[in-house]
Amino acid sequence: MTTLAEAQGGTDSPYALSHLDALESEAVHIFREVAGEFENPVILFSGGKDSIVMLHLALKAFAPAAVPFSLLHVDTGHNFPEVLEYRDRAVERHGLRLHVASVQDYIDRGVLKERPDGTRNPLQTLPLTERIQSERFDAVFGGGRRDEEKARAKERVFSLRDEFSQWDPRRQRPELWNLYNGRHAPGEHVRVFPLSNWTELDVWQYIAREGIALPAIYFAHEREVFQRAGMWLTAGEWGGPRAGERVVTRLVRYRTVGDMSCTGAVDSGATTLDAVIAEIAASRLTERGATRADDKLSEAAMEDRKREGYF
Amino acid sequence: MSTVTTEALAATTLLRFATAGSVDDGKSTLVGRLLHDSKSVLADQLEAVERASASRGQDGPDLALLTDGLRAEREQGITIDVAYRYFATPRRRFILADTPGHVQYTRNMVTGASTAELTVILVDARNGVVEQTRRHAAIAALLRVPHVVLAVNKMDLVGYREPVFAAIAEEFTAYATELGVPEVTAIPISALAGDNVVEPSAHMDWYGGPTVLEHLETVPVSHDLAHCHARLPVQYVIRPQSAEHPDYRGYAGQIAAGSFRVGEEVTVLPSGRTTTISGIDLLGEPVDVAWTTQSVTLLLADDLDVSRGDLIVPAKDAPPTTQDVEATVCHVADAPLTVGHRVLLKHGTRTVKAIVKDIPSRLTLDDLSLHPHPGQLAANDIGRVKIRTAEPLPVDAYADSRRTGSFILIDPADGTTLTAGMVGESFAAPEPVKVAADDEGWDF
Repeated sequence: MTTLAEAQGGTDSPYALSHLDALESEAVHIFREVAGEFENPVILFSGGKDSIVMLHLALKAFAPAAVPFSLLHVDTGHNFPEVLEYRDRAVERHGLRLHVASVQDYIDRGVLKERPDGTRNPLQTLPLTERIQSERFDAVFGGGRRDEEKARAKERVFSLRDEFSQWDPRRQRPELWNLYNGRHAPGEHVRVFPLSNWTELDVWQYIAREGIALPAIYFAHEREVFQRAGMWLTAGEWGGPRAGERVVTRLVRYRTVGDMSCTGAVDSGATTLDAVIAEIAASRLTERGATRADDKLSEAAMEDRKREGYF
Repeated sequence: MSTVTTEALAATTLLRFATAGSVDDGKSTLVGRLLHDSKSVLADQLEAVERASASRGQDGPDLALLTDGLRAEREQGITIDVAYRYFATPRRRFILADTPGHVQYTRNMVTGASTAELTVILVDARNGVVEQTRRHAAIAALLRVPHVVLAVNKMDLVGYREPVFAAIAEEFTAYATELGVPEVTAIPISALAGDNVVEPSAHMDWYGGPTVLEHLETVPVSHDLAHCHARLPVQYVIRPQSAEHPDYRGYAGQIAAGSFRVGEEVTVLPSGRTTTISGIDLLGEPVDVAWTTQSVTLLLADDLDVSRGDLIVPAKDAPPTTQDVEATVCHVADAPLTVGHRVLLKHGTRTVKAIVKDIPSRLTLDDLSLHPHPGQLAANDIGRVKIRTAEPLPVDAYADSRRTGSFILIDPADGTTLTAGMVGESFAAPEPVKVAADDEGWDF
């Protein structure tokens, strides 16, 4: 699928890769480095577009052999049914092994408590980190991108986590050339972000170029939603709407996929990939700013959660 | 960006560049201005900056808050670590390594410059070329960043006068040329007022060159394959062992330099066995030719013993293999690097045991003098080292290949990345460095 980049005013050599080819090649290099250097890697797979692109890249990186990694899904208990179906189909189709860490289990056992705001995103950290420890995963791929958030802009491609999965931004290893350092002590692991240098638009353009199928919630559809904190949330058994919140049917789509309690839909008529790309190129809001309640909790909400072991 | 069509967006190339500047040269403002004026800052980000600025009692939005992402950075108002920013124009996509200017963060500048094809070095028009400017130029030269932009900032504070700019540009270009920097583009700007950053300045009719953004959009992304040694570090051996592909055995890796063709005779290092390329798979699709920096899988005609860490090269253009590596290094860890230090050396996809045999000199970036036998290199020091490796390595000079001429040293005990290494001569110019006289005091 490599295409020679069109010469832009005669400035680029015919061997310059297009930006998507360059990003793809870099991500594949990262997947192969991990396969070459780690014993027990796993791909965090939520059924969202970033993890779907990660899986697609992993399939290409090792073709015609199978992907040498298993998948791990942290199930918040408030997932979109379409996304869970997509997840299970993907696992089936590619003959992969899926681990599921369940937030609901932790709540049922009394280890975690439901928050007053009903948001389960911060509750994912404990099931995630405990599963990493119990399965002895030594490399954990995440779909995090540096363009998402200013704390993530500081993240390395290979990010060492201690035995408590903590991120310490002041003690990060310098990352030089493409020489990734995956050394870690027993009990530690490395979070790996092959999409570090991708933007939301790159992800969508790549999905379009490669013809990758996505869960339907990414495209405009009629949905029963209600408004909370300026966002359209899906009505459902997870705890919304509360008294005073009115359910309406709107034409919406999702820019990110996460826990239903904190992932908002955006008004949109974009039913095709081209329409979605045009909409994002014109958008004046970032992906997380538009749709994530948990990032608005404080100026450093993401940094604080990442320090604790979240992605 | 709303007028940009999907097709136009798809046809862009990628430029990685880095910024360097002293603390008060206005680097954050320049970066903020580039992001802001290229419409890469979205409404909610700007709103967050405005809110944070107001809560600190500042009059207007502080664009530096766009780039300082960590709590500690916002508290201290300084940039601690490299941050990566992304923006796009219809012509190109950009990855910006935004690196701190403090002397103590030299290692972060090295980190940013290691993957950059261009560096923007900022100076304050009122102060001209200062020590820190020379340090930045030296690092760009050491890391062999192909393009250097000198942005003479705060032109508004010197009355937008041409002679001020011309003198600084001349002094800097002379110094950079001496270091072997192949190309310097000097641009007079005011990041605060927006002169010549994205839009041409109305105040400097005498300047006929490009704005910073125009230059970033048009600078050639260099891939001179004709003069490159082709190199493929083997990352991983792909063996499906499936009914469909019972005998498939492919050597996967990212081409570090040059190009490879089906039918070409190649040598596998360090074993030195020779065979021909029987096929190239580009992520699942067969192709006849592949080039840097594509991730590919090579199929070989003969069943050789090839594994991760090996290097595939053209039979007629193999690098020498050696166990004695001489290099210029930048020490990036807090604990010093000493003679006798036992380390791991990662070169390409190969990690080998190594020992630091000698540290012949340490470079003072301020005046490029060499201090002989410093005994050790502390954090942020740049020096020459001699390293003995446990196994022979096929290394290129960094001058010939930034990928196969570079390595990192790793602490075998805790995995810390210790040192960034560049094989061979430090600077491109014949004799840029002066050996310090013996009677000068050494600070160790």
